[in-house]
Amino acid sequence: MNDPIPDLTRRGLLSGGGALVVSFAIGPRLALAQGEEAEVVEQRGELPGSLKDYPFVDSWIRIGADDTILVMTGKAELGQGIKTAIIQIAAEQLQVALPRITLQTADTGMTPNEGYTAASHSMEESGTAVLHAAAQARRVLLDLAAGRLGVPVETLSVEDGVIVGAGQRIRYGELVDDQLLHVRVDARDEAHDPSGYTIMGEPVPRVDIPPKLTGEVAYVHDLRLPGMVHARVVRPPVYDARLESADIAAVEAMPGVLGVVRDGSYLAVVAEGEYQAVRAMAALQASARWTGGMTLPDGAGIADMLRSLPSQENVIHETGPGGAAGGAGARRVEATYTRPYQMHGSIGPSCAVGLAEDGGLTVWSHTQGVYPDRAAIAEMLGVSEDVVRVIHMEGSGCYGHNGADDAAADAALIARAFPGRPVRVLWMREQEHMWEPYGSGMVVSASAGLDPSGGISDWSYDLWSTTHVTRPPPARNLAPAWLLERSLWPPKDVNIPQPAGGADRNAVPPYTIPNARVVEHYIPVMPLRVSALRSLGAFMNVFALESFVDELALAAGADPVAFRLARLEDPRAREVVQAAADRFGWADFERGPGRGRGFAYARYKNLAAYCAVAMEVEVEGETGEIRIGRVVAACDSGQVVNPNGIANQIEGGIVQSSSWTRFEEVRVTPDGILSRDWASYPILRFPHAPASVEVHVVDRPGEPFLGTGEAAQGPAAAAIANAVADATGARLRDLPLTAEKVRAALAG
Amino acid sequence: MVTLNVNGAPFETDTDPDTPLLYVLRNELELNGAKFGCGLGQCGSCAVLADGRPIFSCLTPISVLEGREITTLEGLGTIDAPGPVQAAFIEEQAAQCGYCIPGMIVRAEALLRRNPAPSDQTIRDWMEPHLCRCGTHMRILRAIRRAIDGGGAETRARDGETPA
Amino acid sequence: MRKLLVAIVILLVLGGAAYAWAVSAPEIEAIEPPDPASFDPELVSRGRTLALIGNCNECHNAEGGEPYAGGRPVESPYGVIYSTNITPDPETGIGRWSPEAFARSMREGLDREGGHLYPAFPYPHYRLLRDEDIEALYAFLMTRRPVRAEAPESELPFPFNIRPILAGWNLLFLEEGRFVADPSLDEPRNTGAYLVRGLGHCGACHTPRNLLQAEERDRFLMGGENSGWHAPALVGAVPAAVPWTEEAMTGYLRREFVEGHGIGLGPMEPVTRNLSRVPEEAAVAMAAYITGLAGPPDPGAGDRAERVAERSREPIPTGLGADPGAHIYAGACARCHEHGTPDRLAFGIELAYSASLRLPDARNLVHVIRNGVKPPPGEAGFYMPGFDGALTDDQIVALAAFLRARFTDLPPWENLEDTVAGRDLEEDETGQAILGLVRSGGDG
Repeated sequence: MNDPIPDLTRRGLLSGGGALVVSFAIGPRLALAQGEEAEVVEQRGELPGSLKDYPFVDSWIRIGADDTILVMTGKAELGQGIKTAIIQIAAEQLQVALPRITLQTADTGMTPNEGYTAASHSMEESGTAVLHAAAQARRVLLDLAAGRLGVPVETLSVEDGVIVGAGQRIRYGELVDDQLLHVRVDARDEAHDPSGYTIMGEPVPRVDIPPKLTGEVAYVHDLRLPGMVHARVVRPPVYDARLESADIAAVEAMPGVLGVVRDGSYLAVVAEGEYQAVRAMAALQASARWTGGMTLPDGAGIADMLRSLPSQENVIHETGPGGAAGGAGARRVEATYTRPYQMHGSIGPSCAVGLAEDGGLTVWSHTQGVYPDRAAIAEMLGVSEDVVRVIHMEGSGCYGHNGADDAAADAALIARAFPGRPVRVLWMREQEHMWEPYGSGMVVSASAGLDPSGGISDWSYDLWSTTHVTRPPPARNLAPAWLLERSLWPPKDVNIPQPAGGADRNAVPPYTIPNARVVEHYIPVMPLRVSALRSLGAFMNVFALESFVDELALAAGADPVAFRLARLEDPRAREVVQAAADRFGWADFERGPGRGRGFAYARYKNLAAYCAVAMEVEVEGETGEIRIGRVVAACDSGQVVNPNGIANQIEGGIVQSSSWTRFEEVRVTPDGILSRDWASYPILRFPHAPASVEVHVVDRPGEPFLGTGEAAQGPAAAAIANAVADATGARLRDLPLTAEKVRAALAG
Repeated sequence: MVTLNVNGAPFETDTDPDTPLLYVLRNELELNGAKFGCGLGQCGSCAVLADGRPIFSCLTPISVLEGREITTLEGLGTIDAPGPVQAAFIEEQAAQCGYCIPGMIVRAEALLRRNPAPSDQTIRDWMEPHLCRCGTHMRILRAIRRAIDGGGAETRARDGETPA
Repeated sequence: MRKLLVAIVILLVLGGAAYAWAVSAPEIEAIEPPDPASFDPELVSRGRTLALIGNCNECHNAEGGEPYAGGRPVESPYGVIYSTNITPDPETGIGRWSPEAFARSMREGLDREGGHLYPAFPYPHYRLLRDEDIEALYAFLMTRRPVRAEAPESELPFPFNIRPILAGWNLLFLEEGRFVADPSLDEPRNTGAYLVRGLGHCGACHTPRNLLQAEERDRFLMGGENSGWHAPALVGAVPAAVPWTEEAMTGYLRREFVEGHGIGLGPMEPVTRNLSRVPEEAAVAMAAYITGLAGPPDPGAGDRAERVAERSREPIPTGLGADPGAHIYAGACARCHEHGTPDRLAFGIELAYSASLRLPDARNLVHVIRNGVKPPPGEAGFYMPGFDGALTDDQIVALAAFLRARFTDLPPWENLEDTVAGRDLEEDETGQAILGLVRSGGDG
């Protein structure tokens, strides 16, 4: 666990703690950042995970002469428990007790560039890199000890960082010198035998939880630097509106106000006291007059709008001859599903601290990617990346690309105007709601034939969506850059190709279907600002696909679980489906009035963790309320590092998805975004939480880690819709499945 | 000049009396537990206790708090000696990002002080004003149940404190 | 003392009347619960709309309970009455009620067995209903999910727990006859009259009641109360800052945020929520009728309201030694309510247009300050946190007084401390006196 405070001065950081730190191996910088965009990058080399870019052990592990062990990851703790998992991996492979490990997370001055902490890649990339690097470090140390002792390496063992053999004990620290670990990781080296693991696979308590729960400095929001001042930003009513005028003089005369920053249409105010900044912001905003800007879409017609926009047609999957097959005997089943724009909705608004001094600029940010953010900020400011340092500190959960990078850009712009003074900027609630990039609205149209024996004779699936990735860089993907005198507008989209996919993530059915065609209609324009929201297109595609499979099973008169199993070949997929069904008691479920069961399955990205969800719901017919009862999930994430962490992610994914699925929709009219707070963008509250959630974690010792953080959202959504259909006979296809829609479906 | 009593100690401030308590706690007393979430009383991240009752510190001007006992998360325990509710949350690993949890702990503490044996439904209803975005609800509910059932003792005992 | 004598006399009259009437209501024979499929879906659907207009789901639903299963405590000046189960459960609900038994209950306040229902059930209004509407309501209720739920016994002291005395009450106060259209009213006003006087039972809250809890016919819709909330006058001393128009009231009844009026709070909240779920014609008709009754708006009112609003847009006086209410307003309320606040948050109303500040007393304001306003979980809507626990009684008094002064041109509230402390209001004194007398008698 790294304590954020002692690390804060650059001098302290760069001087390091010992001789070993002087040169750590910075590998080739990627042309594209990792994270979602990593899918674009061709597979390079043969090394797994982030070793591809940082193949040297000492990029990941440094051991001091005093036995201190520093593990570095370019990934960031986002509340997913990555710190604890990586410490577990390193401790297991180095065979030391957990407290011996110090972990350094994302910092452009310290750690490898692992791009974004996103796409459930942290374990696959960083976890895998640390696993092999630590295993090799241990082997290097053992080999060296064997040579010194003159005994075969097989006769040596390790006890908490001390090599024991031939009646002698040698500490790791006694063996290291500054080049010892500057060796390429040889990933052919098998990591140590999973059957002997004592730390990996255990529910080790998370290192970041006690400080968070006792009021220690845990978030960038809590960072207090000497002489720090407070900033608030003022944003226009719509993304690209221009500032005509604002009463800057009056605001600058307000108590405590140090100044207003204006650059074109960019506005911010800085004050000694935080509440003084809030009051000044309100006054500045009330006085600001704006003009122009794009016309926003009408939220009520999102689905029609998306279908009417020009799109690129990408056939992403095709099996068999295509077209409707199955002959005269086939019955057609067709359905259209929609999803509105939805929010990340971080509970804590975005925050950053900036400090410009000595020609350099340091930004503390809860960004998901310190290196990409640095590149974008440098581009926005027109400076070299070398003078910008971005240090990750935790924020409120982000669930993808929220306002974090923008706030970091705000901190950079404002700090530049107040050199020598640390500037903390925090968005207001309404700014987070109105300015974060949303998850794109989507439409799916599906059609399939059922042959007389109940088999799927053909399958056609079309989806319409705007992009799911507008992460910075480029600088034009930072909202503050739109407003500058030298405006960078509009933002740039990326369409992530298959197999991971972006809008079309999980659009390819996991089932064996002889004659299938899947088409992505990718809409390059953005009627609303959008970017990566946890699971990207997978949430909608799994909702639609797994709802549709359920509709087909019903039409075929088949049990929905059996219908799926009959078309699933991957034994790991079959196992999670079976496990969820068995533990739920699928076969023995008893329906009651308004009470039904639902099931859904997906393997995230068709590449990462497997997850199946079974649940019961009760639908209150008069109010239309969907009450979620017992939920049982099964998950296979490969080799388990921390089963409690996996369960926490799956549980959280299900509960979060039950909020997206039932309640959430960005309200927008051509005049502006109406979803400005939790009153106008309601999310789940405690009375609507499920009665219970059980997670069954399937362990796969020795198998690669599979990202889990986004595995449950899609299956949970479809399971809800399927359970509602089972309970009431009403099939709801338009997200969110609000009480109002349920009432209408039941009344009609 | 307003005199506040925070976690048992008096604190004098010459901040404007209409300033919400949250800003004084965070910036003058340097307490991190209460968080800014919405500034609208809609999410509960900023909750503290005033005479044992939960309030939204983001919307409570300090002028109304003179003479009242304010308890923040920090008043319930420390990292070395967490209070019973904190300990129960730690034992249940009831956090993901954790940003909302301080408010949750404070609100749960208020419930347990007034009702040592609430039903599950009462707990859910009581926690309704607080939002969690990570979906940690099930663990939060389990942690509160654990605190009620006298759990949380484990951590305290381990840290050398006698369970109450 | 004179009032007390009057009350005793009335009680005696009631007793006599009860004696005369008590035996006169026969039981209506139980039937086999009808098959839900036997009802015309069209009729059921119309019944659903009517049930929403009648706000049936509000009283006949305990908190956290099943819809229409009853058990909700309804406060009356004489004690707590529990609503009944009107699901078609044969044992605890109305499953064995015939259409005739149902119609009689709606019009005469008698259950199937012939027992008297308390007039907290608004049969004095429902008697106006047309046969076909009662039939539709019956069809709707008999097709609900049957719920086994016994309503608790009402908690009324002697003699109010002797149901036959209600026969006397009915003799005195229950009018007879169905709704008759008023030829002097056009459509949709006549429809509005039917809904307002009948199914909507608006007068149950908005008309003042006499000592024995009967509505005062000559003060129809001139302001009453419900559950400790003031039900504002719809006719006469209407508190709205800006006069109601038909259009504004239609929106208000459908729970839309109407500029210059805000939204329905307290007991009006479920009424408007229900009306938002039925075809707009109902609200249009009700609004037309009510605004018609209220007469033409005061032509100067709009300008006065604008002047008050303008005046209230001065900076909040929060300097040293300022009104403590101003500090509270600035720190707790201004972010959502102050004019010019960007991005109107939580749909906060500019308080110069708040009717709660313009009522004869501060009851409603105090309720809102203490308990806030919340939409149903998961639904977008008006949200205000409650300040119970944050503000002491003295601080609420200071805040209420400040708001009244800043945002209205009306004199300060009298007895504000008493209102905030929940001490009973003057007009209830006589009722309390009767109750006290009765209680001491009952206790022997």
